[in-house]
Amino acid sequence: MQTAHPKNQSAKHLVDYVLHLADTTHILSQRNAEWCAHGPILEQDIAITNISLDLLGQSRNFYQYAASLVNTQENAHVTEDSLAYMRDEREYKNLLLTELPRGDWAQTILRQFLFSVFQQLQYEQLSQSSDEQLAAIAAKSLKEITYHIRWSSEWVLRLGDGTAESHTRMKNAVSALWEYTGECFMPASFENHCMKQGIAPDISLLQQKWFDKVGELFEEATLALPPATYMQSGGKEGIHTEHLGFMLAEMQTLQRSFPGAEW
Amino acid sequence: MNIQVRKFYYGDIPEEKTGGNITATEKATNEKAWPLWEIFIRSSRGLDHKHAGSLHAADAAMAIENARDVYTRRQEGVSIWVVESKDIHASDPGDAESLYEPAADKIYRHPTFYDLPDEVKHM
Repeated sequence: MQTAHPKNQSAKHLVDYVLHLADTTHILSQRNAEWCAHGPILEQDIAITNISLDLLGQSRNFYQYAASLVNTQENAHVTEDSLAYMRDEREYKNLLLTELPRGDWAQTILRQFLFSVFQQLQYEQLSQSSDEQLAAIAAKSLKEITYHIRWSSEWVLRLGDGTAESHTRMKNAVSALWEYTGECFMPASFENHCMKQGIAPDISLLQQKWFDKVGELFEEATLALPPATYMQSGGKEGIHTEHLGFMLAEMQTLQRSFPGAEW
Repeated sequence: MNIQVRKFYYGDIPEEKTGGNITATEKATNEKAWPLWEIFIRSSRGLDHKHAGSLHAADAAMAIENARDVYTRRQEGVSIWVVESKDIHASDPGDAESLYEPAADKIYRHPTFYDLPDEVKHM
């Protein structure tokens, strides 16, 4: 399904921005949910699925808001479900970092840490947004994010500064994920427009703070920050890695085979 | 990792096994298992921490985080205590007769045999 595009350009940019926030949290939620019943130990299984549900809750707030924006501007009938389950890969605007396979436990917890630190910086600014709805969603999410950072930091520390095996796995996770972190700080065109209106924060200004925070924990965890390297991008504009298509196919098959199916 | 859950109910922890500690034979196969922790939660309306259950964790910090995720997901609590199960010493259920039954016929230990003057309030 093509997302109905509001006629008004700045309204369209806002919808794209809200969908970007929704897709990012939704896709990471799905990736973390893959651990359900496969966690390394019962307690961690519950912890990672709790985080998955936090992220799903955040994405629902964004999807519902996006749906209301589209419907008022277009006289259309999209819902949070149609936005989540009936859009194609090229319409998804999530960060590439969130769609990568879950990998091993080291990769999962490192991704969560890298993302949560960024998300906290981003939402702190977003909670000051001129868009009241976005500001409210961000403010509500920040408490959850604080815990995600606390939980994932513990794990980065334990595995990084743990045994030779766990240290190697963390090092591998760092080199697998690092080139996908730069995209967090590259504004997309819709984001630039929202920035000018005071809706979206200027994420490019957050990068140094993010480096400082990540570097601080890495040092404690005896992990080296990788040198500056080429950074992948494109997720926000719908250009994804080969992994997202498979994931969406699995996630969307039910709604596409039986449109409107409900529990 | 072969994790064997041995669950002892409150008050039934055999002293020789010191609670969640694994026995010698189990230890050979369970070298990497995390120790068991007893979790106590204080609800928002209570003053005391109540035993909520037990879980596995590598150390106290992880036990508190695990307890947060396992036992306070439905707003059960505002404070968490964790104690490693092996640090809890319990009375032997076999001694129950000699320990608790002698109190059964000593009703005069309940403060119900005194006439309180009306002037005494809040008793």
